Order: sequence, then C-alpha cells, then structure tokens
Amino acid sequence: MSELLVPFAYEYMLKAMFVSALVGGVCAFLSAYLMLKGWSLMGDALGHAVVPGVAAAYLMKVPYAAGAFFAGLLAAIGMAVVKQHTRLREDAIIGLVFTSFFAAGLLMASINPTAVNIQTIALGNILGISDEDVWQVVIISGVSLTILILKWRDLMVVFFNESHARTVGLNPWALKILFFTLLAACTVAALQTVGACLVIAMVVTPGATAYLLTDRFGRLLVLSVALGVTTGFVGAYISYFVDGATGGVIVTLQTLLFLAAFFLAPKHGRLAARRRAAAPSEPAL
Amino acid sequence: MSLVAAKGPRTSIAKADVAASLSVRDVTVAYSNGVVALRDASFDLGPGTICGLVGVNGSGKSTLFKAIMGFVDPRHGEVRIAGLPAAEALKRGYVAYVPQSEEVDWNFPVLVEDVVMMGRYGHMNFLRIPSAEDKRKVDEALERLGMSGYRHCQIGELSGGQKKRVFLARALAQEGRIILLDEPFTGVDVKTEVAIVDLLRQLRENGHLMLVSTHNLGSVPDFCDHVVLLNRVVLAAGPTARTFTQKNLERAFGGVLRHFRLEGGELHADEDRRRVTVLSDDERPVVFYGDERSDEEPLHRKNREDES
Repeated sequence: MSELLVPFAYEYMLKAMFVSALVGGVCAFLSAYLMLKGWSLMGDALGHAVVPGVAAAYLMKVPYAAGAFFAGLLAAIGMAVVKQHTRLREDAIIGLVFTSFFAAGLLMASINPTAVNIQTIALGNILGISDEDVWQVVIISGVSLTILILKWRDLMVVFFNESHARTVGLNPWALKILFFTLLAACTVAALQTVGACLVIAMVVTPGATAYLLTDRFGRLLVLSVALGVTTGFVGAYISYFVDGATGGVIVTLQTLLFLAAFFLAPKHGRLAARRRAAAPSEPAL
Repeated sequence: MSLVAAKGPRTSIAKADVAASLSVRDVTVAYSNGVVALRDASFDLGPGTICGLVGVNGSGKSTLFKAIMGFVDPRHGEVRIAGLPAAEALKRGYVAYVPQSEEVDWNFPVLVEDVVMMGRYGHMNFLRIPSAEDKRKVDEALERLGMSGYRHCQIGELSGGQKKRVFLARALAQEGRIILLDEPFTGVDVKTEVAIVDLLRQLRENGHLMLVSTHNLGSVPDFCDHVVLLNRVVLAAGPTARTFTQKNLERAFGGVLRHFRLEGGELHADEDRRRVTVLSDDERPVVFYGDERSDEEPLHRKNREDES
C-alpha cells in the first residue's frame, strides 16, 4: 500500500502530477472547440511552429517562452487570415503554415546551433521542470482557464454560427483572436510538459472522447476537462512506476478512454448502435 | 399569446418602441477577387413589412444580407437600420437572422433549447447566465413554433421543417425588430411553410420588418407586401402589386426560369383569346393570367391554408 504513495513523497513527482493535470485540463478545454471546426491538427501545427520562435529568442537573448508564444500566435493568426481570404480547406492551410514555420525553425537552428535541444521541444521534460517554469505554466494555464470559463458561451456561439454571433452584439473576429492567443499560450505551456509531439493528442483526444458521450456543449466541456485533468494527473503518477516518458503515458491513457467511449458510449457508441439495429422497432433518434 | 407584444421587465422601452426600418443606399459590394457582387443597391422598408428578396443564384441576395449584417464592408453606400448605422443596430440587438440550412453545422453538440437560448445572449449580462425571463422567452418561442416536444433533441436529429422552426424560434426569442430570413422555405414541408408564413404575418401585425430571400416565386404574392428584385443591381423594388410583375420577373431571371405560355387556343376550343403564363424556377411557380398585360400583379392563391 505504502508503495503506491511513494510518488507523493517526491517533490518533483508532485510537481509533475500537478502541472500535467493543469495543462491537461486547459488543453482539453481548447480541444472541445478545435474538434468542432476541423482545426484539431492546429495543436500539432502550433507545436511545430514555435521552433523558429525559440531559435530567434536564443539569438536575441530573450526568454524562450516569449519567442515560442510569439511564433505560435503568428502561425495561428496566419492560418486564420489565409482561411478568411482563400477557399482552401483547413487541413491544407494548417499543413502549409506549420511546415513553413517548422522549416524556418530547423534552418535557423542548423545555422545557429541553439542551446535548446530539439529533442526537449519534441518530448518535453516534465520531470526536470524548474520552479520558474512551473510558475510560468501555472500562470498561463490559470489565466487561460479563467478567460475560458468566463467566455465559453460567447466562443460557442461564434464557433456555431458567426452571423448570429454578430446579431447578438458579439465581435467574432476579436473572440477568435482571443481563442488563438490562448491556444498559442497553452501550446507553449504544454510543450514543456508533454512535448510538441504530444500536444496534438492533448488538444484533440479529450474533446473527441467527450463528443461521443454527450450532445450538449456545456457538458462536453466539463467531460473534456475532467478527462484532461484526470489523465494528466494519473498519467504522471503511473509514469513513476513504469519508468516511461510522462507524455507517452498520459496520451496512452487518453487513447484508452477514447476507445472505451467509442465502444461503450450510451448513445453514440458502437454497442449502442448495434443494440438499436437489433431492435428496429425502437425509434432510432 | 403574442410573444412579441409581451414586454418583460428587462426589455428596455427604447428597444420595444423603436420603429423597424431598413434603408439601403447606393450599396456597392466588391469582393477581394474583384467581382462586384452588388452595385448601387438602394431601397427603403418600413415597419410592418414582409419583403420578398427575389433573384437567381448569384444575383447578390446573400451579399445583400452580409452587407446588412456588416459582414462585408460596402465599397461605397450605406446601410441604416432603424436610423442607425448597421454595426450600432446589431450591437443593440435590433436584427435577428435565420440562416440557410447549409450554413449550419448540424453535428454541433447543441440541443434545440440551447440554440433558441442563443437568441437571448444579447439580453444577458457579461457571463451569459440565463435569467428566469430568458428561460420563459425560450419556452414561449418553442411553444409558438410547436417545438416544445423536441427541446432535448440534438439539432441534427430533426427533419428539414423542424430545423427551420428551431432557428425561427431563436429569432423570436431574440426579439429583434428586423428579421432576415435566408431561404426559409427550402427543404421544408408544406405544413411548416404555412406555419412560417402565418408567423411572419403575425409579426408583421406587431410592426416587425422581415426581409425574406426565396426561390418560391408562387408564394411571394401570397405573403409579401413588398418585393426587391435583384440581379447584381436592384432591378425593381416596391409594393408587390406594382413590382412583382411578369415583365420585371423576366428581367430578373432572364432565360433562367422555366417559362410556359399557354394561349387561348391551346387551352380550350372557344373564342376566348386570354392566355396563361407560368414562371417557375423549379419550386412553386407563379402564374400570370392575361394577354399583354404583363405589368399586372399575378394571381393570388386565396386558399393556401387548405393545401395543408
């Protein structure tokens, strides 16, 4: 029994569990919106797009996080602008913008080798996270969560029906910029915990899982955040025992939960669908 | 009961009393690819009006809606709503919009009642937490459109007619004095069409102004008191009786419409030389009687309600 409590005895494990839960929660919140617009891969895109920001920050001797955030924001706004002015689909726009940014980043990093290990950007380093970085993550996630909790209904209307949003006095453009600013900030925060490769999972899987479980957006948000927080915390905890990369464990947990929802969800799951097919007399909603 | 006449305690007097009007002055809209979608459009509409917006696909109907809602900035010209610039009128919640079905993501995880509640957002505070009055208005709007039984359905589970009713209910709950309806009769059963027309007539009684884009030419004279005919420019605008004529329709649609002209001899074997002209763009056709009197108003079908 006491063996199971061992991770709580180490400060670095406590930090890892707490930070992972926080980042998991805020990424899950954002995932609920991204999934509905076909923008799910934007998390991946931003994760790669921050590389030139980090390289430039190193050259200019400013904090890496500032450079990463700026590059991420630039990429997000770039995608929104291209979307606004062309008829290209989201996937093409996302692919176009993020490969350009990533290539620029690799080029800069190869010409001026940076102190930042690209490996660290890709995989994150939650167990070695410094106190300074913990505070940064806590502040970014805390501010983002507060704004999202205050504005989630406005964002929902903008994502659902922009023209209607205008008629109730909302400014869709400003709200979208707010959303992508939060996304860029949270991507930077998540990079340090789970790494770029896994940011994509954290801003896709919880929302996608919750979508199978409910037809109401409010509940979808609650479920999604609950999934993100739980998997973040438990994933970091389990990683102590399996001695594996924390990000990998977190995302594996999220995937297992998605599979459970895929088969067992009460209304949209495969088993429910099979049950309905077996009983055709029942009105299929 | 009339939902529109009911004034809740939070409905500001100024809003309830404002006269619905729409003034489009010399509006020209050009897109970034250089296409001029609308040129020098001008017309004026007052309170208690149902105005049909008629034209072929690509004639600028959607562009006109976008210009009214401030989604596109006119290259020149001006839209004024209730005497205010469009942006200001939108901010005050004077305008409600019923979108085309294709514009809506029917897989979005919202229930019928959630969509209707979105109509109340302009009435809510910063946090958008519904008050008892907001909930009552949503109940009333759902009731009035016969959708109360479906309030807990996800919107994608509804039929075409029910989907339209949900968005009309949202417009009602919103209490906008000016309602823009984009193709409200497309993909809708006859029962819903009659219900929509009835509702629009009641709203007209209450002084609302409605602008309805439609391909349903045959029903335009039935419920529209004004018509705007569009083909990149405003070809004609005014009261239906004077504007919705065969001559104007032929100008608006060119060769696009199906055009049947049946002369006396083809119809019956007597000396009656009068003839019938049927214009249709594959929905409900419009029928003109008579010879060369193409400036005349088309036939009204008086017994529309019997059809259902």
